[in-house]
Amino acid sequence: MSKEAPVLQAKNLGIQFGGLKAVNNFDIEIGKSELVGLIGPNGAGKTTVFNLLTGVYQPTEGTFFLNGEKMNGKLTHQVVAAGIARTFQNIRLFKKLSVIENVKVAFNKNMKYSMVSAILRTRKFWKEEEEIDKKARELLALFHMEHLADNIAENLPYGQQRKLEIARALATDMKLLLLDEPAAGMNPTETGELLEAINLIREKFNISILLIEHDMSLVMNICERIVVIDYGEIIAKGTPEEVSKNPKVIAAYLGE
Amino acid sequence: MLNVSLFIQSIVNGLNQGAVYALVALGYTMVYGIIRMINFAHGDFIMVGGYTLFYTIPLMVNAGMPAWMSVIIAIAVCTIVGVAVERIAYKPVRGAGSMSALITALAMSLFLENLALVLFGANPKSVPAIFNLPMIDFAGAKLPGKALITLVIGLAIMLLLQIFIKFTKLGKAMRAVPQDKQASTLVGINVNKIITITFAIGSALAAVAALMYCSTYPRANTEMGVMLGLKAFIAAVLGGIGIIPGAMLGGIIVGLVEIFVKVYLAPGWYEAITYGILIVVLLVKPTGILGKNIGEKV
Amino acid sequence: MPKNKKVEYLINFVGILAVFGILVFFLDTGILGKQVNYIRGIVTIALLTIIMVTSLNLTTGFMGEFSLGHAGFMSIGAYSSSIVTLALADSNIPNMLLFIIAIIVGAVVTAIMGFLVGIPALRLKGDYLAIVTVAVAEIVRVAFCNFAITGGGKTLSGIKKLSDVHYVYVVMIICVVIMYMFIRSRFGRAVKAIREDYIAASSSGINVTNYKVMTFTISAMFAGVAGAIYAHYMTAMIPNTFSFMKSSEYLTMVILGGSGSFTGSIIGASVLSALPELLRDFASYRMLMYSVVLVLVMIFRPGGIFGTYEFSLIRVLKKVFGKNKGGADNE
Repeated sequence: MSKEAPVLQAKNLGIQFGGLKAVNNFDIEIGKSELVGLIGPNGAGKTTVFNLLTGVYQPTEGTFFLNGEKMNGKLTHQVVAAGIARTFQNIRLFKKLSVIENVKVAFNKNMKYSMVSAILRTRKFWKEEEEIDKKARELLALFHMEHLADNIAENLPYGQQRKLEIARALATDMKLLLLDEPAAGMNPTETGELLEAINLIREKFNISILLIEHDMSLVMNICERIVVIDYGEIIAKGTPEEVSKNPKVIAAYLGE
Repeated sequence: MLNVSLFIQSIVNGLNQGAVYALVALGYTMVYGIIRMINFAHGDFIMVGGYTLFYTIPLMVNAGMPAWMSVIIAIAVCTIVGVAVERIAYKPVRGAGSMSALITALAMSLFLENLALVLFGANPKSVPAIFNLPMIDFAGAKLPGKALITLVIGLAIMLLLQIFIKFTKLGKAMRAVPQDKQASTLVGINVNKIITITFAIGSALAAVAALMYCSTYPRANTEMGVMLGLKAFIAAVLGGIGIIPGAMLGGIIVGLVEIFVKVYLAPGWYEAITYGILIVVLLVKPTGILGKNIGEKV
Repeated sequence: MPKNKKVEYLINFVGILAVFGILVFFLDTGILGKQVNYIRGIVTIALLTIIMVTSLNLTTGFMGEFSLGHAGFMSIGAYSSSIVTLALADSNIPNMLLFIIAIIVGAVVTAIMGFLVGIPALRLKGDYLAIVTVAVAEIVRVAFCNFAITGGGKTLSGIKKLSDVHYVYVVMIICVVIMYMFIRSRFGRAVKAIREDYIAASSSGINVTNYKVMTFTISAMFAGVAGAIYAHYMTAMIPNTFSFMKSSEYLTMVILGGSGSFTGSIIGASVLSALPELLRDFASYRMLMYSVVLVLVMIFRPGGIFGTYEFSLIRVLKKVFGKNKGGADNE
C-alpha cells in the first residue's frame, strides 16, 4: 500500500435478520484522528452498525478493516484488543464496582502477570497493579473524576456515568472510539462538559471517533464529516453544511 | 427379535410415567413462564398430595365412596398450600432478583419437607389401593388397568388445560402476562391475581400427579417429591420452559426414555441418560425443544 | 510489595496462627474431656464446609452464576482421591504425605472435570446453567453408583482416616487464601465485571468465556479438595450423599452468608454446618427454623447477612488502638 490505510474502512458492510436487511451496503472510511458523525432517524440501524463494528453481530455481507487489518469474524474482545472500543446507548457500567475498578477492568488486556503471580503476590503483581492504579487515576483526572474513584459506579449522577463509560473505553487503549449517543439524557451543562471531554481526548490521545448522536447542534458543532443512514442504507455523506442541505436528509428527518 | 408384548408394555409404562412427569412439569412451566422463577417447592406439593391421599382414602372408603374421590380433597389441600407459599414467601421477594427467588424456593421446599417430617414422622406411609382394576390383555401384553386409567386421566387433563388456556378469557390473560406484564396491567388484567391462579392450577395438577404416582407406587414419604420434581423440571426445560405444550412433550419424552433405557439398555443408568439428553438439547438449543431463542438487546 | 501491605499480611498471618493456637488449645490439651473426638469431628466438617462454600461463592457470588451441582464436584474429589489412596494402602507412605497426595489427586481430577463441563455449559446463563450443573452432578452420582471401582452402588469403605483436623485447618487456610488472592487481582476484577455486565465486559476487552471457564474450574477444583478431605475423614461413603439436596444446602450457605463475601462464606459455613450437630435432638425443628430464617433473610436482606462486607483484622486493630486514619481499606 502506497498510502497509509485509513483507521477504519468498511466495504459493503451488511447484516440480515431473518430476511430483513437491518444494515445494507454500509461504506465508510475514517482517517487518523478524524471525528465522524453517524446520524439518522430512530430505527435507522445506527446501533446495529456499532454492533457490527464491535463483533457483537457478525456481518452477513461485506468486510471491515482497522488500520488495514481485517476484522470480520473476530469476537468482541478480539476487536477491542485490535483497537476498537465503544460506549453504549443505555449506559452499561459495572454498577456494583467502584469507579476506579470500572476503569481498571478495561486495562486488563494489557496486564501480563500470571495467576501464580497474583496468588503469590510477586513483585510483578505489585508493579503492574501500582502502574494500573496510577494510569486509571490519571484517566479519571482527565474527566475531573479523580475524587470519585472509590465511589460505587451506580451512585454517580447520570452525566458522570456517561463520562466514566468513555473513560473506561479509553482505558482499552484503542485507535477508534465508537460513541453511542453520549449526550442522550444530559442537560445543557452536562452536554457542554461532554463536548469539552471529547475535544480533550482527541487532543490527548490522537484517536478517531465515530459518533452517533441525536443532538443535532452537538453533531454539527464537532463533527468534521457526517454520514446519514435511513432504513439501514447510507443516504448522504459530507460536511455538516452539505448534509444539512441535502434534500434526502431533510425528507428522512421530516418524513415524506 | 423384538418382543412385541414387552415393547407394548414399555410404551404404556413410559407414557404413564411420562404423563405424571408432564402434569408436574406443567406446574413448573406455568410458574416459570409467568414469574421467571424455578419453583423448587413444586415437587413437594406432590408430597402434600401424597399425604393427603394417605389420610383421606380410608375416610372415603368408609363413607362408601370410591378411593380416587380423595383426589378432590388432595386438590383442595395442594391448592391452598400452593397459594399460601406464593403469597407468604414468593410475593415479597418478587423483583429482588433471580438469586433471591431461587433461594426462597429452595427454602420453601426445605420447609415443606421438614414440616412433613415433624407432622408425619420419617417412616413412609403406604397409601391404600386407589384403583381396583384387572390386568388387561392387549396384543399378548398384560397391561395393568390402573396404568391405562391414569394415562387417560393425564391426557384428558392436559387436553382440558390446553382448551382452558386457548379459549377462555382467564386462560388468555394467563398467556398475556408472561409476554408483557406492564401491558397486561394496562389492558386491565390483575397480574397478581393471575399469578395466584397460576400457582393454584399448578398445585392442583400436582395433586392429580400425586394420585397417579401413588396408584403405581403406593407410598408417601417426605422426600417423594424431590426426585420426581427434579425430573419433571428437567422435562419442562427439555420441552422449553414457559411453554405449555413443551412441558407435555418433555414429560412424555422423559417418561419413555426412562422406561426404555431401564428395559432395553442399562437399568442402572436411566437417570444419567435422561440428564445427558437434557444437556445435549440445551447445548444445541439453549431454550429447549419448543423454545424460541431470544438474544439480549445491545 | 508496598510496606503497609507487608505489615497487613504479617498481622493477618499472626491472626491465622492465633486461631490455630485456640484450636490446638481446645482439641489437644484435654480440656474438653471425652467430648473432644466429637468436637474434632464437627470442626473438621466445618473446615471442609468452609472450602465448599467459599469455592461455590466464586461461581455464585463473584461470577454471578448459580451452580446447583457443587456436591457433584465434591464427590469427584472424594472418589478419585479415595481410589488412589486405596490403591496405595499397602505402601509405606507416611500419612501426611498420603493426605497431600489425596488432596492433590482430588484437586486435579476435579479441576479437569470442571474444565470439561465448564467449556460447553458456560455458554448458558442463569437458570439454564443452574439446571445443567444439576444434571451433571446427577450423572456423576449415577455413574458412581454403577462403577465397580466406586463401590458399584454400595458403600465404598476402608478409606484411610487421613484428615487430621490440624492438616485440614492448614489446607483450608491455603485454599481460602488462594481464592482470596485470585479475587483480589486482575482476574477477580474481570470476573466481577462479567457478573455486572458481560456485554460491557467483552467490550472492555475481557474474554468472557475464558474467565468464566477459569473461575468455574477453580471453583470445582476446591470442591474436589473438600471432597478428598471428606472421604478421608468419613472413611466410607455412598454416592447419594452428594445429591442435589447437598448442593442446594451449600448454595443456601453461600447466599445466607452473603454472596460475594468471603467473611460471609466462612461464618455461614462454620455456623450452619456446626449447628445441626449441636442441635441434634431437635433435628427436624432445626431444619424447619432454618428454612424460615432463610426466607426471612431473603425478604429482608436479599444480599445475605454479610452482603459483600469483608472482615478486616487491620480495621479492628486500628479501632481498638484508636489509630483510625480513616483511609478506605480494601484488603
